[in-house]
Amino acid sequence: MTQELSAGHAASTSGQPMVKAEQVWKSFGKLDVLKGVDLVVKPKETFVLLGPSGGGKSTLLRCINHLEKIDAGRLWVDGELMGYHQRGSILHEMHHKDVAKQRAKIGMVFQRFNLFPHLTAIQNVMEAPVKVKKMDKKQAEHEAEQLLTEVGLKEKLDVYPAQLSGGQQQRVAIARALAMKPKLMLFDEPTSALDPELVGEVLDVMKRLAHEGMTMVVVTHEIGFAREAADGVALMDGGVIVEMGPPEQVLGDPKEERTKLFLSKVLT
Amino acid sequence: MEPADRTSADAPPVIDRGAGGSDSRPEAIKAVPVRHWGRWIASVVVLYIFAALIYSLARNQNMEWGVVADYMFRPIILKAAAVTIELTVIAMIVGAVGGTLLAIMRLSKNYVLSGLSWLYIWFFRGTPVYVQIVIWSFFGVVYPKIFIGLPFTGLAFGGWATNKVIGGVVAAVLALGLNEAAYAAELVRAGIISVDKGQTEAAESLGMSFGMTMRRIVLPQAMRVIIPPMGNETISMLKTTSLVAVTGSVLELFTQVSHLYSQNFKIMPLLIVASLWYIIFTTLFTIGQHYLERHYGRGFGTNETETAEKRAQKRLQSKVTADVSEPGNWD
Repeated sequence: MTQELSAGHAASTSGQPMVKAEQVWKSFGKLDVLKGVDLVVKPKETFVLLGPSGGGKSTLLRCINHLEKIDAGRLWVDGELMGYHQRGSILHEMHHKDVAKQRAKIGMVFQRFNLFPHLTAIQNVMEAPVKVKKMDKKQAEHEAEQLLTEVGLKEKLDVYPAQLSGGQQQRVAIARALAMKPKLMLFDEPTSALDPELVGEVLDVMKRLAHEGMTMVVVTHEIGFAREAADGVALMDGGVIVEMGPPEQVLGDPKEERTKLFLSKVLT
Repeated sequence: MEPADRTSADAPPVIDRGAGGSDSRPEAIKAVPVRHWGRWIASVVVLYIFAALIYSLARNQNMEWGVVADYMFRPIILKAAAVTIELTVIAMIVGAVGGTLLAIMRLSKNYVLSGLSWLYIWFFRGTPVYVQIVIWSFFGVVYPKIFIGLPFTGLAFGGWATNKVIGGVVAAVLALGLNEAAYAAELVRAGIISVDKGQTEAAESLGMSFGMTMRRIVLPQAMRVIIPPMGNETISMLKTTSLVAVTGSVLELFTQVSHLYSQNFKIMPLLIVASLWYIIFTTLFTIGQHYLERHYGRGFGTNETETAEKRAQKRLQSKVTADVSEPGNWD
């Protein structure tokens, strides 16, 4: 595995943050899920969101690529306001097609993999480059083959997702997202649906990506991954970021009681 | 009645596994099966009645089997059978395309679109297809001329006499197809709903547009759910085409047969000829459905016909031929 997994991914346009959230609020009906979240993720950083279920981590992640609309605040990815055009002081909702263009630059990996079951592994990876980017089919096939080889699935190119293990499916899903050469990767609890012994193979791929300088926002319960690969860690609970900082500090010497409580429960 | 203490009375016999434990597997059970005398007697009785029925039909002079054989492959019948197939196929295409549009409208967040779709389904399911066929055959009476133009503005780009545009076949296909669309809409909607929401999210997160997500991801998976009831609808449609006989203007199977027997009074044999053709077509559709189901079931592991090795071979082969045909491209 000499080739870079994230080879050719689009570099950030300038020194500005890759993700910037300012006072982001989101509610489902009467329930406020995000209550004024501020967040900055710099290019090439791996940022890990920790915290109890229902704390708003996944929702924040889904807001970043506009799978969920935020109710208040602002959210930028690589300097672009997500989901809206700002003209003067007035926000205009973006057309679905423009949102799609923004999303094409952001890769997402889901807890439940969400591979397309009617397509083989290689077809899953080729689909978006061919259909969205209008890439030449041979080129896309070549790149898909390389990506799948890189994540250790050279032997599984023509296998349907149903015949793959959870860990293998998740690695196909990562390759599928990388095939669009994203400038940002979002991981929504990528190992939570996996058998314990399959977690490692997925985390290994993610660690490699982090080392290669991919910008990543990861929602996970894997404290070990956060410690080893993260540049920044935040603990979310009750829709707010309780504590944020480098992993050594947040995980090693937490200031907040809530963080201490959470870590004491997770680490035992 | 079993005695209450049965379990304690005959405890399971201890199987001697021997000293070797698991490697000495006990002898496989060879037991005398239960004899189902009741089933056997019932089978004999039913077979007897069935044989008697066949015998009586075969021997009945009024069935005129010779006439059946004589008419079965006459060109006039074959042509009518072809018209029946034509009506079925076109009406089903109109129904499937219309149904898909209606289903997508129905699922739209826009109330006008979903409301209109609801209204359409309500109307076409609420009136008998027989009545709809008659209504369409009288369309020319209600609208003697058809114009292409903008309603309410008086602008018209061209006009034709209705009976020139909407002949018997077109009226029949419209009646059957538009009615079918209402039923197909619900089938397609069920199929779309059955696809996991994560599929749409994954497609959207890859930058796919709504239309692309539908065409490439959702509908192909929905097909797996849609095909079986749609096959049902197709077979049902095949026989519903016989209702077109009420207009008398389309020479499909049943109309043709009834024209014939009104002249030669060979009523029973001609009805059997028509029935045999309907059964033959139903059988063919059923076989076609089987292959469609297999195609759209791919990846779901139930009836995989190709191994991954074979798919790999196919893919590599097409790659090699593509390389040869387009030299100078990247390698």
